[in-house]
Amino acid sequence: MEQTGEYRIRAGLEDVWAGLNDPDVLARCIDGCQSMEKVGDDRFETAVKAKIGPVSATFQAELQLTDVVAPTAYTINANVKGGAAGFGKGTAEVALAEDAEAPGATLLRYQVKGNVGGKLAQVGSRLIDGAARKMADDFFAAFGEVVSGEAPEATVVEAGETSRYETGGQWAIWLAVFAALLLAMIFAW
Amino acid sequence: MSDTGIGASVRRREDVRFITGSGRYTDDINQPGQTYAVFLRSPHARAKISAVDSSAALAVNGVHAVLTGQDMAADGLGDLPCGWLVKQKDGSDMVSAPHPPLAHTVANYVGEPYGIVIAETLAAAREAAELVMTEFDELEPIVDLTGARGADQIHEGVSGNLAYDWELGEKAATEAALAGAAHVTRIDLTNNRLIPNAMEPRAALGVYESATGEHTLYTTSQNPHLERLILSAFVQVAPEHKLRVVAPDVGGGFGSKIFVYAEETAVIWAARKVGRPVKWTADRSESFLADAHGRDHVTHAELGLDADGRFVALKVQTTANLGAYLSTFGSSVPTYLYGTLLAGQYATPNIYVEVAGVYTNTAPVDAYRGAGRPEATYVVERIVETAARELGRDPAELRRLNMIRPDQFPYETPVALVYDTGDYEASLDRALEHVDYAGFPARRAASEAAGRKRGIGFACYIEACGLAPSQLAIQLGAGVGLYESGEIRVNPTGNVTVFTGSHSHGQGHETTFAQVVSDKFGIPFEDVEIVHGDTGRVEFGLGTYGSRSLAVGGSALVSAADKLIAKGRKIAAHMLEADVDAVEFSDGQFLVRDSNQALSFGEVAFAAYVPTNYPTDLEPGFSEKAFYDPENFTYPAGTHIAEVEVDPATGVVTLVNFVAVDDFGHVINPMIVDGQVHGGVAQGAGQALLEHGIYDDFGQLVTGSYMDYCMPRADDVPDFLVDTTVTPCTHNPLGVKGCGEAGAIGSPAAIMNAVTDAVGDNGLSMPATPEKVWRALHG
Repeated sequence: MEQTGEYRIRAGLEDVWAGLNDPDVLARCIDGCQSMEKVGDDRFETAVKAKIGPVSATFQAELQLTDVVAPTAYTINANVKGGAAGFGKGTAEVALAEDAEAPGATLLRYQVKGNVGGKLAQVGSRLIDGAARKMADDFFAAFGEVVSGEAPEATVVEAGETSRYETGGQWAIWLAVFAALLLAMIFAW
Repeated sequence: MSDTGIGASVRRREDVRFITGSGRYTDDINQPGQTYAVFLRSPHARAKISAVDSSAALAVNGVHAVLTGQDMAADGLGDLPCGWLVKQKDGSDMVSAPHPPLAHTVANYVGEPYGIVIAETLAAAREAAELVMTEFDELEPIVDLTGARGADQIHEGVSGNLAYDWELGEKAATEAALAGAAHVTRIDLTNNRLIPNAMEPRAALGVYESATGEHTLYTTSQNPHLERLILSAFVQVAPEHKLRVVAPDVGGGFGSKIFVYAEETAVIWAARKVGRPVKWTADRSESFLADAHGRDHVTHAELGLDADGRFVALKVQTTANLGAYLSTFGSSVPTYLYGTLLAGQYATPNIYVEVAGVYTNTAPVDAYRGAGRPEATYVVERIVETAARELGRDPAELRRLNMIRPDQFPYETPVALVYDTGDYEASLDRALEHVDYAGFPARRAASEAAGRKRGIGFACYIEACGLAPSQLAIQLGAGVGLYESGEIRVNPTGNVTVFTGSHSHGQGHETTFAQVVSDKFGIPFEDVEIVHGDTGRVEFGLGTYGSRSLAVGGSALVSAADKLIAKGRKIAAHMLEADVDAVEFSDGQFLVRDSNQALSFGEVAFAAYVPTNYPTDLEPGFSEKAFYDPENFTYPAGTHIAEVEVDPATGVVTLVNFVAVDDFGHVINPMIVDGQVHGGVAQGAGQALLEHGIYDDFGQLVTGSYMDYCMPRADDVPDFLVDTTVTPCTHNPLGVKGCGEAGAIGSPAAIMNAVTDAVGDNGLSMPATPEKVWRALHG
């Protein structure tokens, strides 16, 4: 599975970086987030409860940051376990830059590569990709609001593999994508 | 012919309950105190199971137990055996890796069960299963079939992941004939992995009576006696006399319910462990992962022809995916049910086949409708069609030139079979007539004018059915005899209860067998009841697969009926004060020859139970049983012709016409036979055009739901034109051959020959999806 995305966040580079490294901010932006802990300089652990209809599952994610170049880039290595629901693992390369077209805003690009297993894989990547985009949208809508203090602009999704979103995220993008995958799985189950 | 006897299209009596929702399937059966099971399954294709923490699961309200593979091993249960021992080229035995019912050390495919959660309700069991925390140490999965032999070994002691390296036929003679051939056609083929998808998912309900030690297992089985035999003799769940296996109404099997699986094994074992009945019913996701899959071959074949177009040699090299473990009959399908059929309908004098059976980290592969014979037909009929194209010969006429002629029977093939009878040209001619072969160029031109490409394709298939002569089968490695039992109990009032060891899971035995027995006794069809699928009621049996039920099970009933008629003649002779030799039985009457004295079947039956006027040297009662062991396989054969239209703009293939002319020997119920052919052809069309079980590089099944695994629907198939020719089987009393699999055997090759004819690309592989076809047309 591969997904790339680009987001515009209406906040300065340093603010975005700080927000994305603040477990409390992130926890508020992820629906169903039960806990988010920074367990080391570059390591996070989180639990997300996804519940749809009568089915619910809690997913444990371990996130390790590597190749950190504050405040502009790092790679997230993720390992998500959902017990009977399946698992996911992979990497997300994230880059932040000042937005030349919108002064004071930050442009974030990411590229996710990963694979999922168990029920997640069985459901089919088509469904997961679509659901992941929607989840990422929801996350960045919330995150943009928290970081910039204003409602985000409407998102624009271009045709093709790459999506462009107004607002933004960082290692949490990866988390959001995975949360989306897990939700998508439960939908189909 | 009566309107319910042999040859009549009697409506299926079982359908009344099936279509009114009153069938009784395993999941419909409930027991007092019943609990529910959910299986823990590996999400990894290959991983060590390092720890299973069930503490949170056990804390869920209503949970009785979380049992693991370790618990099962500690109880001393045996492995699931493979029932057919294949000998390798060098004479050594195949390498059968241990297959524990529940994995306890290593899980080897996604969906492999390693534990079972038992709770008061299904919801509690599901909730608890999600709370079981299992630590896996992932290992590199071996997924790619062609690369598996060079990869890290999955099972200890199985070098190169090779279960067996098998051969059949004369290698040197075949290679020499190929070297001297005027023309050699070469082809590379993939036979796509299929997932069975019976309408009713597998299910099991285990009941243990502590007072008597009796175990009862209700389960979706095609062969309950074999299930009992394996569970008692090999797995040792319970001794055979304390284990009853009931396979009630079963909603489709297609082979996938022949095998003894982990789930029913665990359910009956767990019922005793927890002291409560335990029920499990697969959800569709589990069926995708853990039912045995079908096919999955990669093959290279070479066909040599002389200057006249006569086949001189066929050499076939196949790698067969066996999955992670050898399933119950997994070893035999790509060998004795495949290599032996490579002569097809042709008098090819030299044939050699070698098959590498390979383990991979995927679900076990075993028999699926046709089981080896569709794969063989696909090789033979694709390469013959290809040869005709290369040589510019008419594909029908090239086949005709090479067919075994009626005067050559019995015909011994170079690959171990003796065909007893057949008339292949008769079916070919009839099919050509039905399809209007002469009119095809005009139809093609009309399609062309409408912007579509039209193609026609043949498959002249043969199959070996009526499994099987026991001695021969055992010689070839079968672990059991393959006869069948039948018992006929005539009740004092003259109606009849028939017990058969074969099993119906959609085939219509309750109708067909009642036709046979009522016809035999000259009694009303309604007076015959067919009982099957219960080891507590039927003495023994080997179940239903390989189109064997009527040819073997039906023949056993004929034998039992003959014994009854012989006894009835003695009773009638006594009562009518005639000589036994003077008593004949005809149309339900015991008649004294050259007289008007007669007793009805019912009168004789009554006398046998109320023996007031009865021979002193004869036992009372009117009930007989028989075991029938066939002396040869039966050889149904026929010609299938497919016509397709391809839309070049979209790559969509439409199956516009399908003709099947089959020789099944005598036909008992033409309507049921037609239905079997329809279903088989639809499944074959699914394989050719739609279905493909795909694992990704990590061994994850990415076609694990109907989102991604495409089943045929009514609008994917045309109105089939189905007809039969008849050469009666020479060695069973009904002269029948079997019809259950033929549709799925002939159709994939016929359809792919038609698609490649339309597209002009012989390299297209099944399934011919719109994407593949479009790419073939547009580069």
